[in-house]
Parts: sequence; C-alpha cells; structure tokens
Amino acid sequence: MNNSFIQINQISKHFGNVKAVDNVSFEIQEGEFFSLLGPSGCGKTTLLRLLAGFEYPTSGNLLLDGSDITALPPDKRPTNMVFQNYAIFPHINVEKNIQFGLRKLGLTNEEIRERVNDVLSLVKLEGYEERFSSQLSGGQRQRVALARALVRQPKVLLLDEPLGALDKKLRDEMQLELRTLQKNIGITFVFVTHDQQEAISMSDRVAVMSEGKIQQLSTPNELYKNPHNIFVSDFIGETNFLKAETKSKDGEHINVSIEKLGEFKIKNSLNISENSSDVICSIRPETMMIDKEKSDWDICLEGKIKQTSYLGEITKFYIETKEIEKIITVSSQYFDNQSFKNNDCFISINLDDISLLNKK
Amino acid sequence: MEQKNNTLLFYTLLYFVFLYLPVLFLPLFSFNDSNFMSFPLSGFTTEHYEEMWKSTNLHKALWASVKVGVVASVVSTTIALFAAKAFARYKFRGENISYGAIMMPFLIPEIILAVSILVIWLSLGFKLGLVPVTLGHILFCTPFAMLILIARIEGFDFSLEEASRDLGENAWGTFYRVSLPLYLPGIIASLLLSFIISFDEFILAFFLTGSDATLPMYMWGQMRFIQKLPHVLALGAVIIVFTTLIVLLAFWLRNLGQGKDKADFGIKIHE
Repeated sequence: MNNSFIQINQISKHFGNVKAVDNVSFEIQEGEFFSLLGPSGCGKTTLLRLLAGFEYPTSGNLLLDGSDITALPPDKRPTNMVFQNYAIFPHINVEKNIQFGLRKLGLTNEEIRERVNDVLSLVKLEGYEERFSSQLSGGQRQRVALARALVRQPKVLLLDEPLGALDKKLRDEMQLELRTLQKNIGITFVFVTHDQQEAISMSDRVAVMSEGKIQQLSTPNELYKNPHNIFVSDFIGETNFLKAETKSKDGEHINVSIEKLGEFKIKNSLNISENSSDVICSIRPETMMIDKEKSDWDICLEGKIKQTSYLGEITKFYIETKEIEKIITVSSQYFDNQSFKNNDCFISINLDDISLLNKK
Repeated sequence: MEQKNNTLLFYTLLYFVFLYLPVLFLPLFSFNDSNFMSFPLSGFTTEHYEEMWKSTNLHKALWASVKVGVVASVVSTTIALFAAKAFARYKFRGENISYGAIMMPFLIPEIILAVSILVIWLSLGFKLGLVPVTLGHILFCTPFAMLILIARIEGFDFSLEEASRDLGENAWGTFYRVSLPLYLPGIIASLLLSFIISFDEFILAFFLTGSDATLPMYMWGQMRFIQKLPHVLALGAVIIVFTTLIVLLAFWLRNLGQGKDKADFGIKIHE
C-alpha cells in the first residue's frame, strides 16, 4: 500500500492544443519541502493550480492524504496558496486579511484571536494589524500572504514564485526564513520557482519540468551531480558540453571518445548504449582546475584565456584550446585576471567529473 | 510657444462658451421677474420657483421619474455588472457579437427604439404607462452602465477572487466579500449615471408613457402655455444643478480607488 501524502497520477492538462501538463505522475511525502522548477511555460504553475483547484485536469487524478481531491473546488481542499503577487485584499487591513479564511472553520472569537496572534508572531508582523496592503513593503506583503494561508493550518501550502518580486538581499533572507519556518511547523510545502539556485537551496526534493513533463525528480545534490539529461544539466548550474561518441561498454564504465581529446573510460550511470553518437559530455566549470603549470590530472590541456570575468568570490575564465571546439568556461577561487602571463594557461580535468548524457 | 498656448486657450474658452452659455440662460431667466425670455432683465424674483413647487402635477411627474429611474438604474446596472464581469474576465466564443448586441441601443436612433417597443408592447395587448417606459430605459441605460463597469473591472486583479476561493469562500461568498466591495465605486457610479440618463430621457417616455407623465414629459406639456414658461425655466435650472452634481459624484466615484492597491477606499461595507 502506498502511503505517499500527495499522489499525482497521470495528470494531463490541455489548453486547446497546448499540453501544459503532459501525463505527469509523482508523489510528495508529508512534511516535505518540494519544488517544481522550470523555465516559464514549462507547466509548473499549471500543476500548482491543479493542486489548488483553480484548474481541473484533462485526465488523471490527485490524491491528498488518501482521499481523491481531483474534482473538489478550491474552497473544499485542505490546501492554501501564497500567490505570486500576494493577492492581499486591498479593502481590508492586515488583521482582517488574515482572519478572512477563518470564518467558515467554526472557531470561537477567542480561538480566532489566538490563531491570528500566533501566526502574526510566526511571520514577525506583530503591530501591523491595522495596516493596509498599500502601506506595506513587498517583504511585508509576502508575510501577510503567508500568514493568511498558514492561519488555516492547511495540510499543504502551495507557493507560486513567492520570492520573485523581492530584491536579491531580501530574497536570500526570505529563502532561509521560509525553510526554517517549514521545518518548524512541519507542513508540506509545494514551491514553484524558475530560479534553480532558489530551488536547490531550499528544497528536500526538486522536480525539474520542461514542456509539461518532469525531466528529473531528485534531491538537489543529485540534481546537480547527476543530471539525467541535457536539459537538466543545462538548466541547473552552469556547464560545458563536449562532443562525444560512445564505444564499447566495460562493466559499469564505457569507453567514450571526447572531441579531439582521445578515448576515456567513464562511469556509465545512465546506462547509455554502445556505439552511439547521440551523446554528450558535461563538465562543470568549478570541477576543472586552471593553473600556470601542467598537472598530473587525468586530462591536462594547454589553453589561451580569451576573456575573464571577476565575480568576487570566484573568477570565470573563458579558455580556448586546440582540442575542444567551443570555448571552455572554468571558474576558480585562487586566481584572478592578472595571474597569467600572455594569457597562457593549463586546464586540468578529472574523469570522475565528466558526466555522460543522452542528447535527448 | 507662447502664441500657441494662447490659441489653445482661446479655443478652449470658445468651446466652453458654445457648450454652456445656452444652458446658463435657463437659471438666469428663471430668476427674472417676467414671463418672457428677453433682455433687458426686469428684476430678481424667486416667485417662479415657488409657483413651480405648488403644482401637484409636477409632484406626480417627479415621483414617476424617480420610480422609473430607480428601477431602470438598478436593473441595468445589475445586468451590466454580470456582463462586464464576463467580458473582462473570460475569453469566450461570440464575445464580440454579444458585446456589440449589448452596445447596440447606444447606436440605434432612440426614436426607432421607441417606436419598436411601442409596436411590440401594444401588439402584446398591454397598456402604455410607466412599465414600458422603464423597460425602454433599462435597454437604453445598460450600454452606459456596461462602459462604466468594464472600465472598473478591467485591470481588476482576479487573483484576489482566487485567493478568496482558496481561503474557503464559495463563489457567492467571494462575490460578496471581495468582488462587490472592490467594484462598489463603479457600481455606484453606474447607478447614478443610469438614473440620470433615465431621469432626463424624453423620446422613449414621449411614445410610451400614456397618461402617467415623467418629468421631461411634464415640462414638454407646460411649454405649450406661455405663462407657464418661467416655471419650466425654474424646473430646468433645478434639474441642471441636480444632474451636474450627480454626474460629478459619479465620476469622482468611478476614479476612486482606481490606483493600484489604494487603501483609502472611502467606502467601507460590512465587517
């Protein structure tokens, strides 16, 4: 028997000819911080709206805590949503906004007051009860939206890019705060974002979506270290793609010819077939080493620095080599743009850091 | 640059003189101590106003106009509210045709509208009176109400309604607690303007009233007697002031809270 908290079973949502969500199935555990990540138009918001009940699926069904909620209207679902633009009611003050959803829960005035006070202190908005939406900053509005949803003690909190409108500093703060809050109250969060850094830093698990389908569902670490396909590899973090061709298998490894570098034995964790040219290799910029001298790493190439960009904690080097067609990006903490004579350098690669992917 | 500004100023003044000078003669002569509308003015008097107010027929006509105006404005605003919401919120098949159909009475000459209603009403075997006038006014006011309400509802943040559903309110609760208070300035503006349009309307009333005169019909009747002319002037002056105030109020309300997320809504209902 399956005891997953939220079950999404073969859900599709079509708008005319557009398949916004295309036969998606997965499960979310109770108390999990779960993110739906993808570029705009990938179907992540539609999926969230399906969970909230603002859209009904074309096919498939949704189970929450064992009961089928596919056909329930939003007001009958034990879910609450934090909207992208917060949707604070402009005609009533903060306190009334937060009380809004308590009317039908059959609470006494005493209980209502208690719940409102609790949630106000939870989101650190004490003293703002009388304010109106127009008198609040973006961060405060976000807190009101959060409080308004949490005060109903939902089984699942749905968040639709809630940090998108905040400036960078505040966004980083709120990320940390949301994460702490979620761990403290233990409510399941389903979080939609297009910001891969945000998803990776906050979530227990992330579903990367593109074109209405889940491309990969795993922990942030797994997503970054072992992307399942070229889309995920490209979307999460930064990477270099190298042309490759597989040769013969060798147990858990496979022989791969990479650009003009030669043939190497690489771990074949995705079980990619032999003698295929429909594959590609990916190397993260920070896994390579840049130096003035040769190293004894698995691969060491001579190169010329075409461009550098200084980013504070790291410097990015864009390097041209004889063996690799495209310019390679390498990032380093130890060097800056003044370190190299005549822009001559060596880049070193460990075979363990090369991941082999199918092109499709 | 200076030259150009002066030309525009002159044009603007001329425009306002053209628009409002004739209208201003009404209040002017209504205080003149004479039965004729001619210069020089002979003396100041409020006697016309007193005599006007004594007429019981005026009271009857005023009451008839108020009844028709209230019903017509409430019904047309209600119809227009639902329609405006549908047009602003949803994309649907036949959207343009339905919009055109509702706006049509705006463009059809009123006299044709009046004759059509008259013919249909009589052929159904009904009697003329305030009921067909009210129906005609509903038809005629609805496009105006729609224009006002669409302007209000367009640009409305519909995620507020979704938020309300999400927070446990059903469709009616959402309408009552969220949509209605936020549309309210537009609704009141629409009620006021529809009322004024109905209150001032002549042609439909002329064809359809039968024996129960509305206020414009009463004035039309009085015009036939030269000695009653000053009463009509006094009444006209009162109506002009009243109409102007209502229209100003309606426009003020229409713009109220139009700015995004304004808290100073001015109007607070329930809770």
